[in-house]
Amino acid sequence: MYAVRQWSVRHARGLNAFYRSFESALVALHPLWKRLGYQRLERPVAAVERSVKGLLFDCRMCGQCILSSTGMSCPMNCPKNLRNGPCGGVRADGHCEVRPEMKCVWTEAVAGSARIAGGMEALRQVQVPVDRRLQGRSSWLRVVRERVGEL
Amino acid sequence: MIFEDEPVPGYPLPILPGHTSPGRFERVLRAGQFAVTSELAPPDSADPEDVYRRARIFDGHVDAINATDGSGANCHMSSLAVCALLTRMGYAPVMQISCRDKNRIAIQGDILGGAAMGVCNLLCLTGDGVQAGDHPQALPVFDLDSVSLLETARTLRDEHRFLSGRKISYAPRLLLGAAENPFAKPCEWRAQRLAKKVAAGAQFIQTQFCYDVPLLRAFMRQVEELGLLDKVFMLVGVGPLRSAKAAEWIRTHVPGVHIPDAIIKRLAGASDAALEGRKLCIDLIQEIRTVKGVHGVHVMAYRQEETVAEIIERSGVLGGRVPWYPGRDPQANTDRMAS
Repeated sequence: MYAVRQWSVRHARGLNAFYRSFESALVALHPLWKRLGYQRLERPVAAVERSVKGLLFDCRMCGQCILSSTGMSCPMNCPKNLRNGPCGGVRADGHCEVRPEMKCVWTEAVAGSARIAGGMEALRQVQVPVDRRLQGRSSWLRVVRERVGEL
Repeated sequence: MIFEDEPVPGYPLPILPGHTSPGRFERVLRAGQFAVTSELAPPDSADPEDVYRRARIFDGHVDAINATDGSGANCHMSSLAVCALLTRMGYAPVMQISCRDKNRIAIQGDILGGAAMGVCNLLCLTGDGVQAGDHPQALPVFDLDSVSLLETARTLRDEHRFLSGRKISYAPRLLLGAAENPFAKPCEWRAQRLAKKVAAGAQFIQTQFCYDVPLLRAFMRQVEELGLLDKVFMLVGVGPLRSAKAAEWIRTHVPGVHIPDAIIKRLAGASDAALEGRKLCIDLIQEIRTVKGVHGVHVMAYRQEETVAEIIERSGVLGGRVPWYPGRDPQANTDRMAS
């Protein structure tokens, strides 16, 4: 939802902090996930992720979340799916070229990043192209497996 | 300036030390000349003569010609084909690639194909949204974005491999460029975005139309603070405005073009607005030239391309230099052909 999404950017600092501890908790529970089986967990976890992140960020389930590098403004809501910064068509009022009723997700990302410690540095990272095979899959489970070195 | 190994059509230039392309445009930039580029609007036609006619109009006034890739999301002859035609004549095209219409498989193929046909310069763009053009029903692809496109092109060129890792036996030798809009929001982050593009491989930048030099100066100061001045060649976008009404229309309807009120007033107060628009363009070029870190101008004169030669001539930025065009040095060409 657009209003909630904007609230999330305004509260980027708190959400980012929460996200970090949530991530650590998920990583700590890796032995449990492993026992239950990542394959089996994929669908239910993805469903939970879809509803929570869908509500907070209008998440599009790209499966490779970079919210903490984009000030908690989901770049997949950009009609051009830009993951490395705004295009040159941002309107004078900071709204989107393609969808004028929406604020540019990248003006939001810059505002959100300024609220997060280290957010502006994170914004500078060059993001690799999206792996379209991961569409619809859980980013949380993927992060855990990456962090423990399983992927 | 004349390079002693100036090309005749079909003859590749030797690649100089420190250069990444065998192109004339890179040579002009690295020689420290003030470079001039312009834009060719590809025709709605399958007749090559329509392309050549549009190129000839710039003869002797530009160092490279951009071939747009479905600009404004409108359908025209492809930039790859326009470039292939132009290189046949020896012109130095800048092949624009937009991420809107092609995925990474098609784009990488086009980069190899373009380079094989003599394209030495690539401009990596995100592209306008499909809603802006004449086929709003089309699927917007946007598989890559301008930054990941730059990195892709650099991977092909420098690592001799596709994104998949598969080897390329003969890598494309290219000068890589990108666009930037110092005048669009978020202004305070635009220089950072430029830094990102440079980090991803951009060697030259062509900017959006500049009608606000103080804003350009502020942007260039940030670029300098980021230590980018000697890492990238900056070509600032300029163009003649036809009338106050046209300027008003452009700033309200073309996203990303910023035209200050003072400019509109100046045009409105003139007896011959089109003439004033060209004068304004010349004034802007001369002022932009004094901005630290600017290496050239990119003249965009859509549907008034015939004004480019006069504007460049009267601005004096070429300083008597005649950029190469087919037939500039008839004797030298005949000699080389014969040898």
